[in-house]
Amino acid sequence: MKAEVRTLPPLDTHAKANKKLQFKKILNNYQLYLFLLPALIYFIVFHYYPMYGVVIAFKDFIATQGIMGSPWVGFKHFERFFDSYQFWTLIKNTLGLSGLQLIIGFPLPIILALMMNQIRHEKYKRFVQTVVYAPHFISVVVLSGMIYVFFSNNGLINNMITIFGGDSISFMSKPEWFKPLYIGSSVWQETGWAAIIYLAALAGVSPELHEAAVMDGASKWHRILHVDIPAIMPTAVILLILSVGNMMNIGFEKAYLLQTPLNQPAAEIIPTYVYKLGLQQAQYSFAAAVGLFNAIINLILLVAVNKFAKKLSGQGLW
Amino acid sequence: MSLLAMKRTTRRSKEDKVFDLINIFLVAIMVILVVYPLYFIVIASISNPNMIYEGKVWFLPKEITFEGYQRIFNDSKIWLGYKNSIIYTFVGTIVNVSFTLMAAYALSRRDLYGRNLIMFLFLFTMFFSGGLIPTYLVVKDLGLLNTMWALILPKAVAVWNVIVARTYFQTSIPNELLEAAKMDGCSDAKFFWKIVVPLSKPIVAVMVLFYAVGHWNSYFDALIYLNNEDLYPLQLILRNILIQNEASTQMISDLDSLAAKQRVSELIKYGVIIVASIPLLILYPFVQKYFVKGVMIGGIKG
Repeated sequence: MKAEVRTLPPLDTHAKANKKLQFKKILNNYQLYLFLLPALIYFIVFHYYPMYGVVIAFKDFIATQGIMGSPWVGFKHFERFFDSYQFWTLIKNTLGLSGLQLIIGFPLPIILALMMNQIRHEKYKRFVQTVVYAPHFISVVVLSGMIYVFFSNNGLINNMITIFGGDSISFMSKPEWFKPLYIGSSVWQETGWAAIIYLAALAGVSPELHEAAVMDGASKWHRILHVDIPAIMPTAVILLILSVGNMMNIGFEKAYLLQTPLNQPAAEIIPTYVYKLGLQQAQYSFAAAVGLFNAIINLILLVAVNKFAKKLSGQGLW
Repeated sequence: MSLLAMKRTTRRSKEDKVFDLINIFLVAIMVILVVYPLYFIVIASISNPNMIYEGKVWFLPKEITFEGYQRIFNDSKIWLGYKNSIIYTFVGTIVNVSFTLMAAYALSRRDLYGRNLIMFLFLFTMFFSGGLIPTYLVVKDLGLLNTMWALILPKAVAVWNVIVARTYFQTSIPNELLEAAKMDGCSDAKFFWKIVVPLSKPIVAVMVLFYAVGHWNSYFDALIYLNNEDLYPLQLILRNILIQNEASTQMISDLDSLAAKQRVSELIKYGVIIVASIPLLILYPFVQKYFVKGVMIGGIKG
């Protein structure tokens, strides 16, 4: 993630000669620039051009007039959003879901990696890995479908509950069950996969450190605390920044698939709201404004957490 | 290595033994938690739906029936979805991998003027985007709606994969190789195709797999960009069956009673989960090591 810091070769003080040199460099490598071209065009067309397109959030977009021709309306759409009765619900749902996801989903892969790292039996270890990675490759549609069949009124979970003498719960129609289902399924699907990176970091710990600790009479538990955990801290910080920086973007797809008319009060998050208003009801400008608001919050979160992490641990994305 | 030596020479303390025991136990529980739902889907897909309904299916299929699968395989929509998904995955992956590798190689070259700026331009898109609506309008203006290109071009390059591939090239293609090739009058393009790509099979495999899985599993792009049902990929058809409960009227139209329809459509749901996942299930054991490799290359260098 971190852009490498590199000192450029000593520059010619004479600016003209310098420019000539750069030009020659570019010319010499023209084939490399051709290699870059498709990707560059892609990013300009599908990422930077849409960034320009956000100006429709400040306009009343009229399809026949195009983005340029539509009239400016200032912050009208933002004001409408801030004043809407759904505003706080949306904020609460979006931040609540992603915040909870972060608090629960972030430490678990670390714990799992530490546990897997302690398994000495190679074959068992490989078996465990094969199994826990697998759910990652299930599509979000299939995962949501699994949730529906497992948590339906006569599904597996309710059958279990009734066997133990409980009353069956209609999970999909209770708003209070949306978050647990959403987060639980994410944990089930992604914990193993997310642990890979920590396993890699743990594999890089020098055995001498462990040997020395054993010499000093450290138990396994102590070695985890004082050798393993410090070893994966840098990785953890970077991943934490990345996940905070993506907080507002999480899970449109699953949230949308898990929404039912009845759990809507808890399940409506900003991305699903943008989709419904923008694409289903064609309120392009309003939806773009909501989307932009979301993206800006996200960017602010990223910058803030990066700064914070840098202060705290010296680690950061930039 | 020294770890092995350590195993032999140092005796585990009592505390460590307890730790190991608890650890193995907890890991085993987790494995069961992951495996059982998957296993249940398999046995449920071939059990009599009444038995599932009454909670009698737990560890083994009861009253085995293949009715669900028969109905699924007789459904034309499923086959169409399969065909479309295969085409999208194939074409999409070719575009993805070629764009990504070429860009990543160029960016891995230290003598590329402006590489930091370009890398920054790429990276920035990970953290800020115009959002759904402006992107949709671009796709619309380009006339891509209701074409397969709407599923391919807007996802042509993933920044993360560029980083992974670039890191791989930087660490595994020695500069001396390039210099020697240049001495012999080899151009950059020739060097890339004749030397870099053949030397980089693992990363090519990783890229192919990551992108292919992404295409196979994606449904949202199809949802927003396609209206024409003939173009629907498998995941979108699955969504109609699994989530919207349109247990494809076609599949159960011959059944008379509502109750029978409901039960069979449940059976169909278990079946389509399997059918949709089969390509990945077959591939998974073979390609798992590559996936892991990809994540690690991306992760370690950071």
